[in-house]
Amino acid sequence: MTSTEEQFAVQIRGVNKSFGRTPVLRSIDLDVPQGTVLSLLGPNGSGKTTLIRVLSTLTKPDAGEVRIGGASIGRQSARLRRLIGVVGHDPLLYDDLTARENLRFVCRMFDLDRVDERVHSVADRMGMAPDLDRKIGAMSHGMKKRFSIARALLHDPLVLLLDEPETGLDQEALSLLDSVIVSRSESGRTVIMTTHNLERAVALGDRMAILASGRVAYDETIDAADPDASRRAYIQHVGANR
Amino acid sequence: MRSYFGVVFAILAKDLLLELRTKDILVTTLVFGLLVIVVFNFALDPTPAMIATVAPGILWVSFTFGGVLGLNRSFSIESSHGNLQGLMLAPVGRDAIYFGKFLSNFLFMVGVEVVIFPLFLVLFNLPLTVYSVIPVLILATIAIAAVGTVFSAMAVNTRSREVMLPLLFFPVVVPVIIAAAEATGILLRDAVSADGASTLRLIGPDVSTWIPMLVVFDAVFLVICPAAFSFIIED
Repeated sequence: MTSTEEQFAVQIRGVNKSFGRTPVLRSIDLDVPQGTVLSLLGPNGSGKTTLIRVLSTLTKPDAGEVRIGGASIGRQSARLRRLIGVVGHDPLLYDDLTARENLRFVCRMFDLDRVDERVHSVADRMGMAPDLDRKIGAMSHGMKKRFSIARALLHDPLVLLLDEPETGLDQEALSLLDSVIVSRSESGRTVIMTTHNLERAVALGDRMAILASGRVAYDETIDAADPDASRRAYIQHVGANR
Repeated sequence: MRSYFGVVFAILAKDLLLELRTKDILVTTLVFGLLVIVVFNFALDPTPAMIATVAPGILWVSFTFGGVLGLNRSFSIESSHGNLQGLMLAPVGRDAIYFGKFLSNFLFMVGVEVVIFPLFLVLFNLPLTVYSVIPVLILATIAIAAVGTVFSAMAVNTRSREVMLPLLFFPVVVPVIIAAAEATGILLRDAVSADGASTLRLIGPDVSTWIPMLVVFDAVFLVICPAAFSFIIED
């Protein structure tokens, strides 16, 4: 592993993606240092979800290179998937299985040890340990989302990819999610989080990137002493593109 | 390698557990398969001379059309709530997902055949001990499950997947169905013409034309289908 790879958990170089004739990502370049929480903002259709899908290896970029933890998408996708945890719009859980069965299944998919301990630990982290033996299909959207986050944490990934994770979560769940994000950053893990909530993006993020029309319009460290600078940047780029 | 087989068997175990809970695949496939055999039995009212000619075709229509219903269901549980994406996030090649789904589809189809085949023999007044048909059933089911797994993954994201799957699937498996029906017919005729219903017949020279063909289909499909599957499920 080179010093650059050690420094950056995620490196994105010249990534392009089109659906049919519609370009969604255009020459995306982004470096995310280890231990950073990157808040990714942008108006609807700016390419945030597509970028998360590219980083998750769920969507192949048309061009460009993505490296996560030194592993390259395409050549080392299987190894790369061990380094990422993904929370998307869908819970990725089976309705007819209990939460415990779902989480155990994920543990088997990742060939993890101490399965019961891990399952209980992540469910407890999201305040859902008492509901482990309930079927997912009988749960509310917010409860599914909590287990979806627990699912992504099972293998303690190097990079956590969160696509609008606050959707459907109540205040208690949001606090738990925030504590997960902060503790991961403190332990040297990286978090990339898309959101439409500017206040959460500024409060939780170390860095803020704004996508507009498939391009990186802004990418700067959030200045804790002057968070208004990030707010002004958001209004300038997102407001201008609405 | 341990991780690879871990994923294959994790998917198989998950599908078996889901089926144990819902019984969606087995019940629909079984009921449809039985209806086909019963309806044809009454509609044709076959004479002993007709049976060996028409029965194999009826049996394989029952298995393959029933199988399509099960294959449709197999991937519809993965498409809901983005579960296929969940599988794709596993740290192994896409072919491990294919083999997991293939094994579960194969076992569901064999499970249905285990019930339908004896009932078919009883309804068509055939000897119950035609064990020599079992290799034909297994070889043809491997090919049908191998192709069906790919096409059900392809059809699941289309708007009319119930129609799309048979349209894609049957043209490819027609040679398998022909080989299986021919081999089954030969073996059933041997059994019927034998001295007693309990006589076990070894595979004769005629069957030796069709069995190797089924083996070749299996080998080809089990090489091509995992590669095609990996390509299909990518965006």
